[in-house]
Amino acid sequence: MDVSQYLSVFLDEAKEHLQSLNDNIMTLEQDPENEDCINEIFRSAHSMKGMAGTMGYTRMQNLTHDMEDVFSDVRAGKIKIKSADIDVLLQCLDAIQGYVDNITENQDEGTDEHKDIIKSLADIRNGGAGGGDEAPAAAPAEAAASTEAAPAADGPAEGADGSTDYRAIRLDPSVKSTLEEAKSQGKKIYGVTVHIQESCILKAARGFLVFKGLEEIGEIAVSDPNTQDIEDEKFDFSFSLILITDESKEKVEEIVKAVSEVEGCECGEFDPSGAKSSEDKDDAPAAAAPSDNKPAPAATPAANTPAPAGGGAAGGKKPVGKPVVNRTVRVDIEKLDVLMNLVSELIIAKNSLISAANTSGVSNVNEQIEYLESVTTNLHESVMKVRMVPIESVLQKFPRMIRDLNKTLNKKMELTMTGEDTEMDRTVVDEIGDPLMHLIRNSADHGIESADLRAQRGKPEVGQIFLHAFQDGNSVVIEVGDDGNGIDAEVVKNKAIEKGVVTPEQAALLTEKQCVELLFHPGFSTAKQVSEISGRGVGLDVVKSKVESLSGEVTVKTKLGEGSTWVIRLPLTLAIIQALMVIIGEEKYAIPLDSIQSIEDVSPSEVKFVENKEVINLRGSVLPLIRLNQVLDTESTKSPDEDMVVVIARKGDQLAGLVIDELMGQQEIVIKPLGRYTNKCKLISGATILGDGEIALILDTNSIF
Amino acid sequence: MNELRDNSDVGELIQFIVIKIDDEQYGINIKYIDNIVRMQQITRVPKVDDYIKGVINIRGEIVPVMSVRMKMGLEEDEFTNKSRIIILKTETGDLVGIIVDQVNQVLTLDVNSIEKMRYDDKKGTTGAQFVGGVGHYEGGLVSILDLEAVVSEKEVKEKASNAS
Repeated sequence: MDVSQYLSVFLDEAKEHLQSLNDNIMTLEQDPENEDCINEIFRSAHSMKGMAGTMGYTRMQNLTHDMEDVFSDVRAGKIKIKSADIDVLLQCLDAIQGYVDNITENQDEGTDEHKDIIKSLADIRNGGAGGGDEAPAAAPAEAAASTEAAPAADGPAEGADGSTDYRAIRLDPSVKSTLEEAKSQGKKIYGVTVHIQESCILKAARGFLVFKGLEEIGEIAVSDPNTQDIEDEKFDFSFSLILITDESKEKVEEIVKAVSEVEGCECGEFDPSGAKSSEDKDDAPAAAAPSDNKPAPAATPAANTPAPAGGGAAGGKKPVGKPVVNRTVRVDIEKLDVLMNLVSELIIAKNSLISAANTSGVSNVNEQIEYLESVTTNLHESVMKVRMVPIESVLQKFPRMIRDLNKTLNKKMELTMTGEDTEMDRTVVDEIGDPLMHLIRNSADHGIESADLRAQRGKPEVGQIFLHAFQDGNSVVIEVGDDGNGIDAEVVKNKAIEKGVVTPEQAALLTEKQCVELLFHPGFSTAKQVSEISGRGVGLDVVKSKVESLSGEVTVKTKLGEGSTWVIRLPLTLAIIQALMVIIGEEKYAIPLDSIQSIEDVSPSEVKFVENKEVINLRGSVLPLIRLNQVLDTESTKSPDEDMVVVIARKGDQLAGLVIDELMGQQEIVIKPLGRYTNKCKLISGATILGDGEIALILDTNSIF
Repeated sequence: MNELRDNSDVGELIQFIVIKIDDEQYGINIKYIDNIVRMQQITRVPKVDDYIKGVINIRGEIVPVMSVRMKMGLEEDEFTNKSRIIILKTETGDLVGIIVDQVNQVLTLDVNSIEKMRYDDKKGTTGAQFVGGVGHYEGGLVSILDLEAVVSEKEVKEKASNAS
């Protein structure tokens, strides 16, 4: 069967499960007794095993299977997870991740069997299982569910050991009475356990065929797992049922075996009065004994194993189902792009209507236009929200990373994160992971001091690294920081001189802040030793260029000896923004509203000169004045003695006054790319189409400063 | 039917739009042409190459417009009511507009009647570097524009720097 069409679903789900395993194992490390956690891990491992098996990835299936076994034992209270085990489990996850990566690349899981990990997993189980009596018996029983059987423990009884042996079926009182009634009518009651080949891909379909065949000759009173679970493939490779029929046992076996991919079946007469009732759960092991009067093929001492195992397995399967997640539909991002473009067109059309109404002076259209405006704004917001995903998906891998860094760097660190639910445009979220990872690694490697130094400085032993994400107006801010050493401006300066980034003369003039900014210079790394973690020369400049390519900005706040904080500010969306429309010369330009601090009227007499550059004094702070008409090579329409309109723009902590000719007002604009030939101009970040079809260029204030 | 058969005997037919730049006629293969629009307001983009006149709005898309005249080293365009912007679709799917003085006619040429010009021949006279071949028709000769050369920005620069 060709399963390639399910590959993307498989990969998506595998990644989700891996993430959930990662998270839960991390939680488990802190709180080894957490039952929810253990159950969650068990379920995820179980689902992964099933998925891998279905897709034919046997190595991955084996590994997940062994992992599931470990947690099956943990759940049964037979072993406890120790901190050394966590390492093995995480290695195991890495190995599974390796399989998934291989599959992503070439649809093949690779050939690495990870025998060492499998062995370590087995050691974990043996370590705990040695003590209890029933442990070896029940554990293989669970294993037998997927017929990976460990025959040593229960030898000849293997066949009867299926977790869903029909003798272990629990009966509702109503079913029980039905059975007894049927029996009194002289009908025969058989218990049937069907084993399906492990290679079978459509287990549910085979199960269905068995049911269909049997229903032709009689009535199925009950099955374990129930019909619904069988249809949903929520069973391993065997299931049991109880059949009321007039036909002979041989006939029943014949029907079942006629279904392809059925490995075998056991059929025996079933005595309803001897069966366990679902009411008496506690005496399950005891109940197995009296029910032994049936012609059981395996009347060995091991025969009592199916009872606890069956109960355990059934209990384990019921809650299969995902943890509470939002109901989602996976949508191709291209479809959303199309939708977004249509909304953009609608906004442009709306803008044209507004300008048409304004010029022709028709007033009664205005009401309708306002209505249209509110509709388009809402539509725009909803479409934008569809594209928004929580930043969580990127942050999830960081706790694990810090844990690993703790070991490799031999430092004690703790990561706290807030605002994981902050939502951002999908494209931004996809891109921001690497820069954030780099900043966190940077904090861990360069920021947090060694334990001795921390003790000397009177800081708590465990270093704190934090990541806060939050929305601020039209942008999302992500702060990454630590309570470590901070950045030593002198060290940075010396390093910069050494690397030839600045000359000693230039360096002498730099402020402390400017020195720190040197860190963003390409090829700069202050690590004295090149470590695996950071310091490969691809550093903060990559972070900076990445963030800037997303129309964002990155700044750093630092205090020597107390720690530093990196602040990344990103736009909420990339497609539609609020902008201030201005006229410079005779041309119209748009300035993104979120980079604007205020708008001032400045008389020419207020302009002062510092180092031959024009500055103004705005409420106590001195800002450089930039005449946009000069920057953009056009003629100002204003005479030099007129008051100037100055837009105060912000870039990080810096402010500058941009001199324009006229204000047009605020407008929602759709950003269109400029495309080839014209993208050489760094001052322009894009263009937009105004209501009258005219094009206005969007100024990138960041590159004007 | 008969006519079609006749045509197939002479070889593949290609349609060209014949335009006028300065005093010369040039043919542009119709398959590269997305649209021909009248002169409209071109929004200037600062700090780009001289021959890029700016951008225009074609059905909601921002399309750069270049002056072939300036690229060829001729005098700057003088916009008349015969001036047109021909919107070309490049092989990468990008749209780019070129300003021409006039659009004359549509010409159907037989592939066999087009003489390919090799690269070596293109050196020399101004504008010749943008000509990819010469087509013969009843009315005379028409230079076929090598659109790749017209549209590409890098090659021209390399040539320019080689020349200097």
